[in-house]
Amino acid sequence: MSGRLRFLRTPSGAVGFGILVLVLLVAVLGPYVAPHSATAPIGAPPFTGPSTSAPLGTDFLGRDVLSRLLSGGRSVIGLAAAATGLAYLMGLAIGLAAGYSRSIVDPLLMRTVDVMLAFPPLLFLLVLIAGAGSSVGVLVLGVAVIQAPGISRIVRTATLEVSERGYVEAAVARGERAVAVITREVLPNISAPVLVDAGLRFTFSILIIASVNFLGLGLQPPSSDWARMIGENRAYISLNILAVIAPAAMIAILTIGVNLVGDAIARSLGRSYVPRGIRSPAA
Amino acid sequence: MLAFVLRRLVGAAAALLAASVLIFTAVQVLPGNAASAVLGRNASPAAVGILSRQMGLDRPASTRYAHWLKGFVHGDLGDSAVAIAQGSNHAPIWHLISGPLKNSAILAAITALVMIPLSVALGTLAAVRAGRPTDHLISLGSLAAVSMPEFVVGSLLVAVFFVGLHLLPPVAIVPPGGDPLSHPKQLVLPVVTLLFASMAAGIRMVRAGTFEVLQTEYVQTARLNGLPERRVIMRYALRNALAPSVQVLAQNLQYLVGGVIVVEAVFAYPGIGSQLVNAVQIRDVTVVQSVAMLIAVVYVLINLVADLIVMLLVPKLREPV
Amino acid sequence: MTPEDGVAAIRVENLCLELTGGEPVIDDVSFEVAPGEILGIVGESGSGKTTVALALLGFTRPGVSITGGSIHVGGQTIVGQGASTPRSLRGKVISYVPQDPGGALNPSLRVGDGILDVLRAHQARTVGEDSVRAALSRVELSHDFRRSYPHQLSGGQQQRVTIAMATVCEPPVAVLDEPTTGLDVLTQEKVLAELLRLRDEERMAMVYVSHDLAVVAKIADRILVMYAGRVLEDGPTDDVIELPRHPYTKALVSAIPDFHNPRALHGITGVAVGVGEWPTGCAFAPRCEHRLNRCEEAVPELVETAPQHRARCWRWQELTTNGHPAAVVRSSETTLPPMPLLEVSGLEARYRSGRTDRPAVEWVSFAVEQGRCVALVGESGSGKSTIGRCIAGLHVPTAGRILFEGDELAGHARSRPLQIRRRIQIVFQNPFESLNPRHRVGSSIERPLRVLRRLPRSAAEQEVGELLERVRLPKRLEERFPVELSGGERQRVAIARALAARPDLLICDEVTSALDVSVQAAVLELLQELRRELGLSMLFITHNLGVVACIADSVLVMDRGSICETGPVGTVLSAPSHDYTRRLLEAAPCLRESAVGVGAP
Repeated sequence: MSGRLRFLRTPSGAVGFGILVLVLLVAVLGPYVAPHSATAPIGAPPFTGPSTSAPLGTDFLGRDVLSRLLSGGRSVIGLAAAATGLAYLMGLAIGLAAGYSRSIVDPLLMRTVDVMLAFPPLLFLLVLIAGAGSSVGVLVLGVAVIQAPGISRIVRTATLEVSERGYVEAAVARGERAVAVITREVLPNISAPVLVDAGLRFTFSILIIASVNFLGLGLQPPSSDWARMIGENRAYISLNILAVIAPAAMIAILTIGVNLVGDAIARSLGRSYVPRGIRSPAA
Repeated sequence: MLAFVLRRLVGAAAALLAASVLIFTAVQVLPGNAASAVLGRNASPAAVGILSRQMGLDRPASTRYAHWLKGFVHGDLGDSAVAIAQGSNHAPIWHLISGPLKNSAILAAITALVMIPLSVALGTLAAVRAGRPTDHLISLGSLAAVSMPEFVVGSLLVAVFFVGLHLLPPVAIVPPGGDPLSHPKQLVLPVVTLLFASMAAGIRMVRAGTFEVLQTEYVQTARLNGLPERRVIMRYALRNALAPSVQVLAQNLQYLVGGVIVVEAVFAYPGIGSQLVNAVQIRDVTVVQSVAMLIAVVYVLINLVADLIVMLLVPKLREPV
Repeated sequence: MTPEDGVAAIRVENLCLELTGGEPVIDDVSFEVAPGEILGIVGESGSGKTTVALALLGFTRPGVSITGGSIHVGGQTIVGQGASTPRSLRGKVISYVPQDPGGALNPSLRVGDGILDVLRAHQARTVGEDSVRAALSRVELSHDFRRSYPHQLSGGQQQRVTIAMATVCEPPVAVLDEPTTGLDVLTQEKVLAELLRLRDEERMAMVYVSHDLAVVAKIADRILVMYAGRVLEDGPTDDVIELPRHPYTKALVSAIPDFHNPRALHGITGVAVGVGEWPTGCAFAPRCEHRLNRCEEAVPELVETAPQHRARCWRWQELTTNGHPAAVVRSSETTLPPMPLLEVSGLEARYRSGRTDRPAVEWVSFAVEQGRCVALVGESGSGKSTIGRCIAGLHVPTAGRILFEGDELAGHARSRPLQIRRRIQIVFQNPFESLNPRHRVGSSIERPLRVLRRLPRSAAEQEVGELLERVRLPKRLEERFPVELSGGERQRVAIARALAARPDLLICDEVTSALDVSVQAAVLELLQELRRELGLSMLFITHNLGVVACIADSVLVMDRGSICETGPVGTVLSAPSHDYTRRLLEAAPCLRESAVGVGAP
């Protein structure tokens, strides 16, 4: 399917894809090549500068910044991927049901989206954490719940449009079961808007989970999550600047990579790609 | 027209009502007893019992919800649960948050004043120059800027302007009751950080909207009718791109409301965001729910105002359906 | 051209346009238009007619540029040596009327302000209400319309406004790009009358671009036929229609369904060539039944075949014989009254979407007999498609009964027995949306074989090839995706998909309205053959009376949700009894009318 990979031919698409592969490699293989423990001090005092044993120096507890950096990508990418995946499971199911049946689900969904629009997403997550406490489950589920209405709205719009096409009507007139019509005729044809959207959703998940971790309200110590690393060392930035800059650079590279790829895919499909930051994802 | 306004007002009220239920449920109903959340896992059952009574937790949830909502509507936000638990009799939330609320408003207002004209101008420029170097530069730059979380941008800015250049302070500390504007230098980095992501998103959205309008047939027809290009852009393209842009800018303002939460934490700025994060940390549930509700009100208000402006801009919407 | 002034309003000489890559788009186009004359430029999609029309205004689409030739309009040079800036001439010397008036008007500008904008672009600031009043009255709109927004107007009124804008500076020349394509016949009639009045009263010269030869024949004084970026023929309207010199023009004329004297239609085989695929010789040669080796070797010159008449064909002299195809013999009208296959009685359906909920069809009753073709005619919004969808089980009626061989049908297809679903099939209007873009042609056709006829895979695969052959498509198309097919090919595949079920009743919902006339004729030919060979009964839904005359045995005319007239096709079309039918027939463009010279008052 050379058509699907057409985005790689644009410079920004290729660069973004290269970046993504690189960051993924670091996240997956990093813990195995880390020179020191990611969670225990290595015996050097806090905030020592770069040295041969600790190329990026040590953090506020005297732990090796490089080793923490190599271990800290998994949670960033893993949590975001899990939350996005879960959001898509919910969003696809609700959106297809609403768009295809045009029944009671539809107005209900639209009202839910309206309510979600009344919240900054980060606020929603913080309120949830205040009530339910902080755990990986709350993070993933919370971020998925925030995104699901927006995804279902996009899926619904695309489904509504496709449902009026002749091939779907022909299948309905043949009396095919709803499941068959949806999987054979509808799903393959709504993939373009959904695919374009997926990059945005994934970046959003990274941004919001990282923000909560930075605030110290997500993953708890001694986690080496990149965002946590920034939060922990931010106050002492003048003592070892690398302890802040290195994880900040990793997160920046990751999200820019995702958006470059998303933008290139969107262009190759003739659509526009408008990242929203931690803005309302339901919009 | 009146029907449209009424419908929007009812919609906004309904959204806020739903939001209040959601907030209340998440904070006070979901995990069990709010008193034990405040006191922590190791609190003795007796202490939890006392605080429960003080917070009125022995009453049914629906009664407590009604009480809270009634108070909120009348401007009475109630008392801080943690302060009560720590033994004070009177700790109105309003006293706790009025100062930070003002600080946050100042920060958001300065950012908005810079952001709105700049994102409209740059977004339009990129659309008019679509496909040319100016467009690529603006589009890629804004894509990179919008990709990064505020705390990353903020930290990198501090690394450059404080650690590297010693130009600007790394934090923005305002003493209680102080005026943030008395130390304008402190506000530079927080404002720039907020601008970064919100403006970039704004630029991309304005560009997308304007570009779409530039492709329409009425723009081509205006050109074929011999209208000067400047007039075509101003009166035919921009005028119709304005309505979607207003919605974009409203979203950006809403974004600012959310963005301040993180940016204030990055710069230790004493605003409503810091207050909220602090309250979540110590699980001061009554403060969390009131602050959350306040932010939701601001959010919905921005939406409402944007909808009304759009209605004034688009003739078709002014008519009875 | 016209003796009294001698100066042409438009003179185009050797115009050439190319893509940035160097592929020719328009090759050596020359023509003249005299004041008070309408030139019709006719061509199928991709022929370059719109490109030429826009070039007259000095405008090219991105990626296309004018590489040679000259254009003079109203004494000014638009393209060529000493050309003025086109901007100042647009609207003042030459103006433009677009295809889709709804999209061409600024939605946030009142009609009057839009007109003033054009005036101000060309004249001193002292323009005022009087000019707006004059502009509106020129297109017979009252002065009150100046305060309206475009969305408050009907399609016909919107098109009048664009004409008012195009004529407000009283330019001597106007270019009209398919100005009536989106309008229904009755509105089209009014707009055409307006244009003729402008020609006669203000002596405007016009270039009228259209794919529809019948409409052009109705309004134009001269016709210029374009194909693959070149002029193939050009001459006085009556002459071109009555005695076409070029085989392509001849084929176009015989592809147009004419309800006054219905005749067997002949489609043109093959597909029009696109930009960059031009053959060395005559571009039409691959589809031409009269081609010789010579035609494929060199492009023929455009030669004068009669005074004022030119054609680009090596063999025009031998091929120019008159005589249209023989009139169609309506065999079915004489057969005995057969069994009703489908009976619809008291049908009522509502249209629901968002907040709107209005009746779409009210109290409709009719029958389709075994082996007959019943046409359902009406303008858009008349409810004709809803009836087809009700019968196919896609729209649940609110009242009434649909009987198939005497048995009442359930409302929703899902609740109908398999054999019923198999025996009633529907083909849809838009060929670009009727096939799943993600499925190969073979798999699209195979599905009904498996689902409705329960054939095992091997037998189904076997039959796909036969079905493709039946709709005159090569078997190799099986492996293609819809995006690789032309509109006509897709519609044939959609028909094959319907035939796969071995239906007794075929519902055709505007199946040819999105196709070029030559392709439409070929699809209609195919449907006629299938009827004969398979004994299909058909419900043929269309807005085109000419098509009805070619294919149907009887007609139901629909107006705003109810049937206003029914009868055998011959009777209804020649002696309509209902006023609405009469108006439809008068407005419908057809070739014969033009030959008698209707149009000028």
